[in-house]
Amino acid sequence: MIAELGLAVLWMAAALAVLQLVAGALALRPATAHLAGIVRPVAILQGALVAVAFASLIWLFLSTDLSVKLVAENSHSAKPFIFKLAGTWGNHEGSMLMWVTIMSLAGGFVALIEKRLREETLIATLAGQAFVSLGFYAFLLLASNPFTRLAEPAPEGAGLNPLLQDIGLAFHPPTLYVGYVGLSIAFSFAVGALVTRDVGPAFARAMRPWVLGAWIFLTLGITAGSYWAYYTLGWGGWWFWDPVENASLMPWLAATALLHSCSVLAARNALRTWTVMLGVIAFSMSMVGTFLVRSGILTSVHAFAVDPTRGSFILALLAIYIGGALLLFALRANTVTEGARFAVVSRESALVFNNVMLCGILGIVLVGTLYPLLTEAMGVKVSVGPPYFNPVSAVFAIPMMLVMAVGPVLRWREDTGGRITWQIAVPALVTAAALLAVELLFAPINLLPALGLAIAPGLAVASVQPLVGRNLRRTPLPIYGMVIGHLGIAVALFGMASEGAFSTERLAAMNPGDSQQVGPFKVTLQAIGPVAGPNWTALEATVAASYAGAAPTVLNPQARTFANPPGNRTESALLTRWNGQLYAVLGEEGEDGRWQMRFWWKPFVPMIWYGGALVALGGLLALLGRVARDVKRLVATDKIAYRRERQGR
Amino acid sequence: MNTTTIKPKHQRLVLIVLALVALIGAGLLAAYALSKQAAYFYLPSELAAKPPEAGRAVRLGGMVEKGSIRTQADGVTINFIVKDDKARVPVRFSGITPDLFVEGSGVVAEGRMEGTTFVADNLLAKHDEKYVPREMKNMSTAEAKAVIAETK
Amino acid sequence: MSDATPKKGPGLAVWLPLGLFAGFLALVIVGLYWPADREVSSAFIGKPLPAFDLPPASDDRPGLATAQFKEGGKPRLLNVFASWCVPCKVEAPQLAALAQQGVEIDGVAIRDRKEDVAGFLAQYGNPFKRIGKDDLSQVQLAIGSSGVPETFVVDGKGIIRYQHIGDIRQEDIPLILRKLAEAQ
Repeated sequence: MIAELGLAVLWMAAALAVLQLVAGALALRPATAHLAGIVRPVAILQGALVAVAFASLIWLFLSTDLSVKLVAENSHSAKPFIFKLAGTWGNHEGSMLMWVTIMSLAGGFVALIEKRLREETLIATLAGQAFVSLGFYAFLLLASNPFTRLAEPAPEGAGLNPLLQDIGLAFHPPTLYVGYVGLSIAFSFAVGALVTRDVGPAFARAMRPWVLGAWIFLTLGITAGSYWAYYTLGWGGWWFWDPVENASLMPWLAATALLHSCSVLAARNALRTWTVMLGVIAFSMSMVGTFLVRSGILTSVHAFAVDPTRGSFILALLAIYIGGALLLFALRANTVTEGARFAVVSRESALVFNNVMLCGILGIVLVGTLYPLLTEAMGVKVSVGPPYFNPVSAVFAIPMMLVMAVGPVLRWREDTGGRITWQIAVPALVTAAALLAVELLFAPINLLPALGLAIAPGLAVASVQPLVGRNLRRTPLPIYGMVIGHLGIAVALFGMASEGAFSTERLAAMNPGDSQQVGPFKVTLQAIGPVAGPNWTALEATVAASYAGAAPTVLNPQARTFANPPGNRTESALLTRWNGQLYAVLGEEGEDGRWQMRFWWKPFVPMIWYGGALVALGGLLALLGRVARDVKRLVATDKIAYRRERQGR
Repeated sequence: MNTTTIKPKHQRLVLIVLALVALIGAGLLAAYALSKQAAYFYLPSELAAKPPEAGRAVRLGGMVEKGSIRTQADGVTINFIVKDDKARVPVRFSGITPDLFVEGSGVVAEGRMEGTTFVADNLLAKHDEKYVPREMKNMSTAEAKAVIAETK
Repeated sequence: MSDATPKKGPGLAVWLPLGLFAGFLALVIVGLYWPADREVSSAFIGKPLPAFDLPPASDDRPGLATAQFKEGGKPRLLNVFASWCVPCKVEAPQLAALAQQGVEIDGVAIRDRKEDVAGFLAQYGNPFKRIGKDDLSQVQLAIGSSGVPETFVVDGKGIIRYQHIGDIRQEDIPLILRKLAEAQ
């Protein structure tokens, strides 16, 4: 019953989305403007219905209803609760339903609370949102119905690869989805504003919380994904520039740019056209990312992984939405009147610079990611890796961070360099001192890590400067958000540069009893023995690691062998100190009976992820501040309206 | 005072030109860097016929010749031969080999030529994401890596 | 400056995003529908099967040895599979369809247990004439196969004529039949 209910509700929600689109479109014509009244309720109802559909699917997974094909293929009655739950979205159909659910709920939420926008613009936005959802409804209902029943219930579910039963994996995809979907709302706002030619501060203020929310989730998703890759892959790296990673980075870059241009538009009514275009680009990057990952067009070394049907569907959606929006943009952009002006030295200028640099990096990453596809079309196989991405993105990232240090202390509209001499001089001195120290103390260091080590402290100092001279208790939350977010970038940069500059690696064949020196650590292989886990057996090394002569800590890297389905995985062991991490991997036994061991000492490497978390925290504070202010304003306007009403009587 | 202010009429134009210049700059830079840094894929016969300049990162794919794997005295460096039906290329690698790295199987080595030897930084056994079952294909970064990590 | 005159507007530049996007679309469409041949094809095509003699993996089917391929007669399919491999399950109906059309199929079960193979065959059908049990992936590696499932077309003289990597899908059946016909 539940499955049928879910499907029926899903169809109804899709029908409502059609209604929302049609009514919304008609309401924009004067003749049929009376239809505007139904758009909001329809959007809310649509969100509620699709939530019921998603809840049904969760219920089916939790109760392991094996008569449902999706459950039988992806779950197992003996799975722990949390993985049954995660199983709901751990597959194609379920994840698409989740996507639509978040999207429609967000649409319903906009319909429910958004009061700042002109009504027409809001209606156009909701119609745009319905248009986007419709594509995904079609995808779900026509090509990937999650509620299909089996002719005969399966005796038991097929289960899930034990490797995918990892708590991080269970919640990583939804995190990114929320980010992507948040950007779809920003996209709808941008389309709505273009349709009604109503690109202004109100539009930016309505869009900003959604962009912020999406951006927080993207930041978290990327940070967590990076740490996960670091500790599971056993290669000691934290970012590999592989297409799947790039697919998550590109929307983040676009969203970061959008966030900043949005604040210019909200505060100063400038950068109108640019913000609208970024709104379109940010969402298109999430769809491009989804497309690249889903279609397997890049990750595969083999045609087998390319799935033309699914790829085609996403590609078609991509073409319709993004192509359509960009066409609309091209037709309308010239009619968007120019916003407020600003001087060359002003906060606006700094933010424009930041935007241009972010877009530059975005372009660099996109081109590098697609390049193998381009050459392959011409019959040459290439791969593009860190030797391309690192220096080329740094060409844009370094000037951006320099300006980032100055931008927040500049005034809006117009400023003079003379006013902020001190605010420029202090970070500049810190950076110069750091550069000197790095060059003197640690001489041969590659250029990029050296620059990173020099810029990071200066940027950190510069980040907190906007707080100097302020009454800290009366400083609005968004300012704290900005400070902490920028500080997070400095912290992460320091971690990256330190990892690049100071990592030491030791690869050795060891007998039990042998010792090696890895950076400040003396590591001793004490023993190697078998251990057993729930569905694996492993060889486990016992390694004693002693930091600069201190009492040793024991590390247990493992080489695991899974029974069913069979597979191997190395389980690295980490020892975290305040000033870095020791990373140990157990390899194979050589012919002579010695064991291959690999160690890294990575000074300050955890700062990469602490920094990422700080950036997300900064976003959260800014979001809280904005929402709190919006709620206050909402309450205030309601009060005024209420009073007026009473006076009117 | 207005020395720092751009003439109002031109502000939008200036912004557009700036964005275009950055975009074109990024494009040119990307094109230049890609021509220098993209790692081309070579078969042993191609490598033998037209070797890349020394030190340039490339990838070499082929079969590990039977009986060619030799472990050096340090216990972690191996030498072996990657071949196709026309040519044989000696390869040196220091590190932990992937589980499926065995004689007679396919391998992709990432590295560079040093003299006549290919020095590999990384080995990928020819058993990778292509065997991800269809059900698992809607994966995020992390999941995809799990499977790649598993099969490498 | 609140007039709507598009003078000094962005002009043609506003078409640039659309143009770039069109380029992107063209590129991925080519990549998606005309994928370059990324297959690392087996170096074993055109070579005779390596010598092996595998014990049976199933109680009701004999084991598999190279000699049986050289007895002459029809070309056969050699399917490398495993009960633990999900695409193998997906592939089962296609193998059944091929068997129904009179194609003789031999199987090699990789790193598998007899009871698992029995369960797999009971659930997904058994199109195989003979099934060898390859616990060490020896045969798999010897014939240049690097994963499961893979299917080889072997002609009447024991020469490998074609290698199909990955599961056989509905749309691959004509291709397999053609390769079998070519191997006559």
